[in-house]
Amino acid sequence: MSTHRILIAGFGGQGVQFAGRLLAHVGMYVGKEVSYLSSYGPEMRGGTSNCSVQISDKFIASPLVLEPTELVVMNGPSLEKFEKTVVPGGRIYIDSSIVAKPAVRSDIEPHPIPATALAEEMGLGRLANVIFCGYLIKKLDLCPLSALPAILKEVVSAKRPELLEGNLQALALGFSM
Amino acid sequence: MARKVLAKGNEALAEAAIAAGCRGFFGYPITPQTDVAAYMARRMPQVGGVYVQAESEIAAVNMVMGAAAAGARALTSSSSPGISLKSETISYLAGCDLPAVIINMQRAGPGLGGIQPSQADYFQATKGLAHGDFHLIVLAPYSVQEMADFMVLAFDLADRYRTPVMLLGDGMLGQMMEPVVFPEPVKTLPEKSWAVTGTKGKRPPNIINSLYIQPDELETLVLERYKRYEAIQREETRFETFFADDAEVLLTAYGSTARIAKSAVLALREKGVKAGLFRPVTLWPFPQEALRQAAAAAEYVLCVEMSMGQMVEDVRLAVNGAKPVHFYGRTGGVVPSPAEIIEQVTRIREGS
Repeated sequence: MSTHRILIAGFGGQGVQFAGRLLAHVGMYVGKEVSYLSSYGPEMRGGTSNCSVQISDKFIASPLVLEPTELVVMNGPSLEKFEKTVVPGGRIYIDSSIVAKPAVRSDIEPHPIPATALAEEMGLGRLANVIFCGYLIKKLDLCPLSALPAILKEVVSAKRPELLEGNLQALALGFSM
Repeated sequence: MARKVLAKGNEALAEAAIAAGCRGFFGYPITPQTDVAAYMARRMPQVGGVYVQAESEIAAVNMVMGAAAAGARALTSSSSPGISLKSETISYLAGCDLPAVIINMQRAGPGLGGIQPSQADYFQATKGLAHGDFHLIVLAPYSVQEMADFMVLAFDLADRYRTPVMLLGDGMLGQMMEPVVFPEPVKTLPEKSWAVTGTKGKRPPNIINSLYIQPDELETLVLERYKRYEAIQREETRFETFFADDAEVLLTAYGSTARIAKSAVLALREKGVKAGLFRPVTLWPFPQEALRQAAAAAEYVLCVEMSMGQMVEDVRLAVNGAKPVHFYGRTGGVVPSPAEIIEQVTRIREGS
């Protein structure tokens, strides 16, 4: 495995940071080197949010992802801002229920997923972010579905055990797509 | 084996401080280190410690001084502009021989500057944080694990040498998450017979003071303190080398920039360029002799920093003209990339 450099971007409140932490935990759980870095710059204060996650067999240098191999975009502005940064041959995962425009580049692999609409349809509320996580875990072959409940317990607050079930369903949904 | 958890750098610092027996945290919020204070606000009451959000940075460090005088392991944390405000009292801590730990998660300056990572406080931390003849021990972690480990080390060194210790990180180290194994909680803390804890009528009072009107008396005290600094230089100088043994191109970098330099070393090796890294772990004492030796076999040294060139002066002093010392830096909160370092190496080879 080479290094997965994952950039997740969207509006504040879409669970961008949670998704990043979840993926980093998955990487740690399967014994990879991992890093996670949340944006804390001025853009955060403007309502958008992004985070960098790396999962690798090798030592991770800078935790900042400037040229992602995987880009998850959950809103329009993020597509415009980050599509150009993806490495050629990289993948772009777009919430097609929120972002009207498709990716324009032809040298990257588009994965349009109507995650927000799917989450609402399945009664999973605002768990579009976790659907993306399940999809990436499968796509990047990070770990089997059966390993996810244990990992999720590490990430979901111990004070909110009622959230586990929905998160698991969302992960399984993304994983099975 | 102890359990690995995914932790944010700032939170790892705070949790490790508690493991080190710190029960007094006095802070004031400033990006990008506010998580340290936020974490302490929650954790300190759980472990029977004291958390105070002071009315200012200056008040916070003076509370540290009070707690340290009473023998407690005390901590304050800030980022660049806040450290400038604390500087006067840090000189008093040194002048009173008080152990304490100060965290600086650097952001870009000067002035209010920006909130993104920087290493432009190297001069301040290692050369002249405030008035008077004194040094701080300055530890420069480069991973979340080292943030945790060095926090315990910082308290141990502070107590052993009765000196303030600075943990010098940056916004990136503070904000990033990595797997970390937390140090075991310290069970017994060193005795502090000098602390002002009340005489109970049984002993002469201890006095913590930095005012000495008689020049001879003050000179003697400063000379004694410098004897301790010599011991620190002898015993506590720390560094790491990475592919340095046969390196023709020797990079020097500390903190998060050293991570990027390591990545550049690996990429250069893949291209057939014999590159290596020398990473100072203590910035004071600076690993001068070790660097001189590491540079002896290299063709040249390239110092990389997130500043306009500060540590490079210590690198030049250590190399002492034996080899060319080049510099590459980004500033203002811009983080250099491995590709930029590789480009510099190529340029130097082509002589441009």
